[in-house]
Amino acid sequence: MIIKGKVHKFGDSINTDDIIAAKYLVTTDEQELGKHCMENIAPDLSSRVNKGDIIVAGKNFGCGSSREHAPRALKGCGISAVIAKSFAVIFFRNAINIGLPFLELEEVDKIQDGDLLEIDLASGIIKNVTKNQTYKTLSQFPEFLQEIIKQKGLMNYIKSRYV
Amino acid sequence: MGYTISEKILLAHTDKKAIKPGDFIEAKIDLALGNDITAPLAIQEFKRGGAKLVFDKNKIVLVPDHFAPAKDLNSANQCKILADFAKEQGIKNYFEVGCMGIEHALLPEMGLILPGDLIIGADSHTCTYGTLGCYATGVGSTDLARAFIDGKCWFKVPATIKFIYKGRLNKWVGGKDLILFTIGTIGVDGALDKVMEFSGPVIRNLDIDDRFAMSNMAIEAGGVTGIIEPDRITFGYIKEIPNYKSKLKNLESDKDAYYEKIYEWDVTDLEPQVACPHLPSNVKAVSKLKDIRIDQVVIGSCTNGRISDLRIAAKILKGKKIKSGLRLIIIPATQQIYLQAVKEGLAEIFVKAGGVFSTPTCGPCLGGHMGILTEGEVCLATTNRNFIGRMGSPKSFVYLANPAVAAASAIKGKIIHPQQVIRA
Repeated sequence: MIIKGKVHKFGDSINTDDIIAAKYLVTTDEQELGKHCMENIAPDLSSRVNKGDIIVAGKNFGCGSSREHAPRALKGCGISAVIAKSFAVIFFRNAINIGLPFLELEEVDKIQDGDLLEIDLASGIIKNVTKNQTYKTLSQFPEFLQEIIKQKGLMNYIKSRYV
Repeated sequence: MGYTISEKILLAHTDKKAIKPGDFIEAKIDLALGNDITAPLAIQEFKRGGAKLVFDKNKIVLVPDHFAPAKDLNSANQCKILADFAKEQGIKNYFEVGCMGIEHALLPEMGLILPGDLIIGADSHTCTYGTLGCYATGVGSTDLARAFIDGKCWFKVPATIKFIYKGRLNKWVGGKDLILFTIGTIGVDGALDKVMEFSGPVIRNLDIDDRFAMSNMAIEAGGVTGIIEPDRITFGYIKEIPNYKSKLKNLESDKDAYYEKIYEWDVTDLEPQVACPHLPSNVKAVSKLKDIRIDQVVIGSCTNGRISDLRIAAKILKGKKIKSGLRLIIIPATQQIYLQAVKEGLAEIFVKAGGVFSTPTCGPCLGGHMGILTEGEVCLATTNRNFIGRMGSPKSFVYLANPAVAAASAIKGKIIHPQQVIRA
């Protein structure tokens, strides 16, 4: 699967309160959550994102609360993938469980806001079309996690196992 | 190579013969917890998964505590989803307002958390239970939904970092200061994807409430859980639970267990610690903070809303008045703690000092209700997070400290060392 989109760049330790503030956790509607994505730190993000865009951030992305509403808000906002130096432990599992593609990359500093990226999820190769550079992700998932990702989330995977 | 306590617990819940850090495993869980924010999404996914009945109605706990008593119509709807699901599935461990408390104080109090257990909760502070020698970790709503269906969860076996605390703690220094000092030293990702194992003579002498405060904030350093090997203090705390027998005989880490890193600190000179805006790792000794004026003090939460926290605050506030114009909000974590505080006269001390004494709720900690900050306001709280906008306006400021610093600072209207208002 190839993902192509424009970069929205963020720093280190972007926490789940940044991604979706707790006051909006009174709904499970992804579109609604998406309207308020990153509101506390980048109030206009949801209006700037075109469907398919990519978030690139520093280390410890998604730290803080366990709210699955965070990766869902990113999806609802139109974000197609997140690339970061490292991911916080609960965000990591939530992203897998809801089928939000994410990649660990050491060289995020080479990528700038507005760059156009092309991600090949199968090979983990990230092409920076704007800068004419190529990067390789660190992420290597074991087979059963790959299967969850392929089935677009844990619930589909569980369904296929029991039905 | 031996196993750490965490690895022993994970191994005992799989059908594998051996595990090592980095392995991905599926394990059977002993308890699955959800609240009024995370459970509605889990219940939605459970139904989407086509499931009709939960795997074991006795192993699921539902606590409406974040926005409860319902702060608005949408919260009321979410709380009702929990109540309806509990009724439909026959889940007895659903705690309605009146029995409800902040989940991570309530569950240990109810005897639902036992050493050697494997516990998941759709709440990041599920790591709190590690204090009792169980493997407890935060997960998402879909994980919870899956556990509702088949009682299982996937895990990446984490490596363990050991933290050894030596020396003797100063007056007004406790578990909160130890964990703030730790996060301040290693950073918000200093234990990313790792188990934090707290040990050493200082931990062995630390009472259970201070231990809970430490384990509670493991996630603030990126930790999967914050575990303490059970000892006489642990078993003293859970002794009232009838017929308790650990499933695992040996809950100590093996002598030859693998630790990815070992930190060893002498904490004899440690002062009360304060995390400054906007990260829990932005930690300074209280004496280094000059003239930080505050508008609000919150004493409560799953970190420091327990009876010993309230006793410390009352000791400092007894017979005194808080600074005029400041708001002091005290929130006991459970009904039992509330009642105990009333019986001991603590509630009276708080009210006479000019504070408010609230029903249990997570409330202001996550910017829910009961003390939201507006633009420019500064709060000192005994809670666990001070991210931008955590308690309300993205232009407000939250400092984190122990209950003694919080109570003393409420009197002066600025952040101070407790010894400035009370002799030890």
